[in-house]
Amino acid sequence: MSLIQEIFLFFLAGIRKIFLRFKKNKKMKEILAVYYMEAKSTRIGGRKVAWITSGGPVEPLIAMDVIPVYPENHGAMIGASKMGASLCETSESMGYSSDLCSYARSDIACATVNGGPIGGLPRPDMLVCCNNICGTVLKWYEVQARYFNVPLFIFDTPFCHTGFSEEVRRYVRRQLDEYVLFLEEACGKKMDHGRLSNVGKLSLEAQRLWQAVLDTTVNRPAPMSAFDAFYHLALIVTLRGTREAVDYYRQLLERMNDRVARGAGAIPDEKYRLLWDNIPIWHRTRWLSEKFASHNACLVADTYTSAWCGSMKYIDENNFFDSMAEAYTRIYLNIGVDEMACMVLAMVDKYNVDGIVMHSNRSCKPYSLGQYDIAKIVEKERRIPSLILEADMVDERSFSESQVATRIDAFMEMIKASKQ
Amino acid sequence: MTGLEEFYEILKDPVDYGRKLKGESRRKIVGYFCSYTPEEIIYAAGAHPFRLFGTGEAIHLADAHFQAYCCSLVRGALEGALAGRLEFLDGAIFPHTCDSIQRLSDVWRMNVKGLFHLDVVLPVKLDTESAKTYMSDVLRKFTCDVESRLNITIGKEVMQDAVRVFNRIRGYLGRLYEVKSTYPGIISGSDLHSIIKASMIMDRDRLLEILPGIVTELEREKGPGDETVGKRLVMAGGICNHPDIYRIIEEAGGVVVGDDFCTGSRYFEGTTEIKDDPVAAIAERYMARPPCPAKHTGLFTRADHLVDIVWEKKAQGVVFFFLKFCDPHAFDYPYLKEALDRKGIPSIMLEVEDQLPSEGQLQTRFETFIEML
Repeated sequence: MSLIQEIFLFFLAGIRKIFLRFKKNKKMKEILAVYYMEAKSTRIGGRKVAWITSGGPVEPLIAMDVIPVYPENHGAMIGASKMGASLCETSESMGYSSDLCSYARSDIACATVNGGPIGGLPRPDMLVCCNNICGTVLKWYEVQARYFNVPLFIFDTPFCHTGFSEEVRRYVRRQLDEYVLFLEEACGKKMDHGRLSNVGKLSLEAQRLWQAVLDTTVNRPAPMSAFDAFYHLALIVTLRGTREAVDYYRQLLERMNDRVARGAGAIPDEKYRLLWDNIPIWHRTRWLSEKFASHNACLVADTYTSAWCGSMKYIDENNFFDSMAEAYTRIYLNIGVDEMACMVLAMVDKYNVDGIVMHSNRSCKPYSLGQYDIAKIVEKERRIPSLILEADMVDERSFSESQVATRIDAFMEMIKASKQ
Repeated sequence: MTGLEEFYEILKDPVDYGRKLKGESRRKIVGYFCSYTPEEIIYAAGAHPFRLFGTGEAIHLADAHFQAYCCSLVRGALEGALAGRLEFLDGAIFPHTCDSIQRLSDVWRMNVKGLFHLDVVLPVKLDTESAKTYMSDVLRKFTCDVESRLNITIGKEVMQDAVRVFNRIRGYLGRLYEVKSTYPGIISGSDLHSIIKASMIMDRDRLLEILPGIVTELEREKGPGDETVGKRLVMAGGICNHPDIYRIIEEAGGVVVGDDFCTGSRYFEGTTEIKDDPVAAIAERYMARPPCPAKHTGLFTRADHLVDIVWEKKAQGVVFFFLKFCDPHAFDYPYLKEALDRKGIPSIMLEVEDQLPSEGQLQTRFETFIEML
């Protein structure tokens, strides 16, 4: 059995337990801890470890047998473990401003103190930074490249304010070749393009299945909520392009379809349906889930987990490698606010939601700046209200539970009144 | 020094200046945000490049679009536009740098009407062949966009002439910095700042009428050496929009003899070659110029560059001067500080929003720092 399969199975074992959580909830931090423990032990197998950004092209790594490790995922785990504040403080003592991204701050702190829920990530042999999600990752990966003294590949995906131009396509396409050369040098072997093409097919298949899973929530009641999607997301981020991810999402889809058939809802009595925007508030996911459930409100969809299957339309199944250029450039966060608003409107219609909950995330400017405009567009076009929650995905110091609770209560009162 | 009234007059009310310039020159006025804007191309199109800084006024309207954790430059620029203060602009240019400017472009495009809007999505990495090709491609596309918006065709010679104009401006600004470094007492920091800042706002032909005289006069005059002036300092950061900071430093016993600001040396460093393909030459300058931290040219280039400035200017310390919520600069700070520490160069860090902290507080911090040098 390959190491990647081993990690996966370990990971899967954890995930399955959550899956059963529909009865018994195992915390995400434990599952992710298992995954990373395993990733750490893979060094024994002599495989290379690459740290890669969450929006980065992972398929070439899988095809080269490199173990992908996700610092952002690590950040999420730190947040879920409520270890964010203390690690962020550590990074602040290293000179990093408290206004910086808390994924970056906590990960940078973890690397130096081997802290956090799993004692730091496995040491990278190389770093792959794709800036399709933000400019922050560039700075973050520069910090880590200096710290670990390992090669850094920057996959530069120019921002698409109003479309995708030919010069961008040429530039990104050329970088795909550079990326392959980088990996060949780092791994000391040639890329097997046949294998990469198969990995591409599996990646696309997993993305289709993931979209199908998310689509099950068009049903009333929704068989799962965005909070469940936050958990199940892990594999489409980390291991897309593997057979295991495909199998996992196929099974998940079957179970969701089964729940739909049985009329089993994610919350006991779904009366109101909401859309979540932005990265989860990792340190309060359960609290938020319960808070909304207490109002019979289910967060049935979100703009975050759907980002990993949002650019499928640009993928050419028979020419995966070339089409990665466009697919990786035109992802949700790398497009204009107006185009994002159009996608939100489409989700409002598809999932038939009564309101939007927006996490105004201090840590993530590309995701958060522009939210006010999106909220206004949705209010104008669909006459549904938005709630904006000021918080941070990892650093719980900027979260006021009582204030947020009051605002949620008021928002739900408004939704209830409008539905009567 | 005297003879700078014109610069101060412009800076007192840049908007009023922009309006008048438009009326008198009948040229199109094109606002822009950062030192990666190819001003040469705007100038070659017969338009006037007008750099936009934060508003300095209270922010109300922009609050409906941007959260408080967005920097004052971005919020201020949007405020100015929404309040109608920038109605004299015919267009606005948004070079891609950081996440906040990126979203400013979107929100501006969606909310500010009546002027054209162009993005210049430059590469983020500047150290590869493919990025260099892409940089030229983007600037060529920008040239076409400008031509179509302004309904003009820019000939090669016209573009080359524009390159010469900006080379001359950059050359004079560089000489100004040189003379300041050689004779720190010859011109005050705020006077120098005013010239640089005004040079990004005012009519460039007029600038070239008065700037050479100022520079040659200063070069001829020579001035008192360091001993009588103060401890030599270098400033580093993004935008410096606060002329008072120089006076406060001088009163505390220091003198700024160099900087790594995009409203300073990053703006004028590097000459564009006069080439058959002037746009490619402009691209080459951007690839070679000291970078903004939102761009990548290597893991150590910014620190090496800062240390070089300190050595070249024989400075005794560095003042980091950051705009609050400016992520790229904040990310580089620990590594830059560490690089300075290793070379035994003391530094101090100041983070400001739209307004400077109280003068007394600043005075004390600078005095303590400068005494230590």
